[in-house]
Amino acid sequence: MSQPVGITITGSARLGDTPLFAPVTLPIAAGGWTCLLGASGVGKSTLLRLIAGLETGVDFTGTVTADDAQPLQGRVAFMAQNSLLLPWATVLDNVAIGARLRGERPDRARAEELLARVGLADQAHKKPGALSGGQHQRVALARTLMEDRPVVLLDEPFSALDAQTRAGMQDLAHDLLQGRTVLLVTHDPAEAARLADHLFILTPQALTPVPVPPSPAPRPVDDPETLTAQGQLFRQLRGAA
Amino acid sequence: MRGLHGIFAALLLLAVWQAVIWLAGPPHFILPSPARTATALWDNRALIGEHALITLWEVLLGLLIGTLLGIATAIHLALSPGARALLRPILVFSQAIPVFALAPVLTLWLGYGIVSKIAMAVLIIYFPVTSAFFDGLMTTPRGYLDLAQTMGAKNGSILRHLRIPHAIPSLGSGLKLAAVYAPIGAVIGEWVGSSNGLGYLMLLANGRAKIDLMFAAVLVLGALSMGLYLAVDAGINAYMRRREN
Repeated sequence: MSQPVGITITGSARLGDTPLFAPVTLPIAAGGWTCLLGASGVGKSTLLRLIAGLETGVDFTGTVTADDAQPLQGRVAFMAQNSLLLPWATVLDNVAIGARLRGERPDRARAEELLARVGLADQAHKKPGALSGGQHQRVALARTLMEDRPVVLLDEPFSALDAQTRAGMQDLAHDLLQGRTVLLVTHDPAEAARLADHLFILTPQALTPVPVPPSPAPRPVDDPETLTAQGQLFRQLRGAA
Repeated sequence: MRGLHGIFAALLLLAVWQAVIWLAGPPHFILPSPARTATALWDNRALIGEHALITLWEVLLGLLIGTLLGIATAIHLALSPGARALLRPILVFSQAIPVFALAPVLTLWLGYGIVSKIAMAVLIIYFPVTSAFFDGLMTTPRGYLDLAQTMGAKNGSILRHLRIPHAIPSLGSGLKLAAVYAPIGAVIGEWVGSSNGLGYLMLLANGRAKIDLMFAAVLVLGALSMGLYLAVDAGINAYMRRREN
């Protein structure tokens, strides 16, 4: 992996004639976790997709720039709520799919090592159908790490998991994505309060920076300061709606 | 359980047939009894078997060629917007012409032999196979394609590792339809002009008022089509189970 890189996205988006979000500037600090919190449909995922260079279906006026002024293409990995595992391929082949898609030879040893790091070494030759939802996201995380990109975009990757599994996945992801520039899009105040080094709330009116609890992320689920922050975030979200 | 239902349905059909014989008492050259048909089937087993084998060949070769052509066409259509714009109207138009109407022309061009019947079977299954597989190729989940894009995937690799595997179940549905349609194509071809096959045998028996033989040939054709469908269905289902387990 090359040096972590910061990113700034500035601009506004319209969906036909309706504004999706007002002009915003979202700085994503190099090598840390930036959380973008907001209700569904407010354009969080759109911002993330714009950074990933994916199709959004909106008219975006603005810029996405990396701190080093180099193009972002090829430096971004992407993980979504849906694990996007291929049901017909083994877990190992799913982890190594990026190389296959680029027409390169997959590094199976590395894929196996990453599977071991997400705790699924013994599931390598199973198909995703035999795995639980939490395990799916672990495989997706291994696949994301396999790409070894300095920027990782997470679009609600833990939302479909039960609370216990979600907390475990948050810890694991935070541990394994150390040193990378991470943008986490979420609608869950608890997740934002636990994981954010930098936190923003997106509403149709504005993008507002919010202070995060002083202790380093990932914060314990029962940390009083984190719980207070979670409550305040929830209040802010409800106030905005 | 499914097999049991099938046997029950066959027995029910047989009972209705026999009931009509008892109640209406039609002359045997209008509607032969099940027993009479069974006798005709047994007495002519060599003759029927010989013609059935030819029809089976036509159907199998038609299925094979039609499927390969369908797969190739669907992939071309999926890859090239130009091909889509040009070929899709032609494909749809080709479906507007009943295959029955083409049978005499095909016989004229390709002769009375097996080739014109294979061509009929190919023509009749080409569209369902192409269209089912094409639909599958065009409905690759957006998420897969997004992921591929961020990974810097090549188009050919996306086709090979995402779009085709994702479209395999759709191709399976197309093949199941094809297994039902292909015998229809072959038999139409045989009716229009041939000296072999179950379709020919039916016409021959009909012309000589051997209605019991005709019924026997129809039964064998039905069994052949059923068997083919069940085999294709079972094969596809087994493959699909294995693929994701």
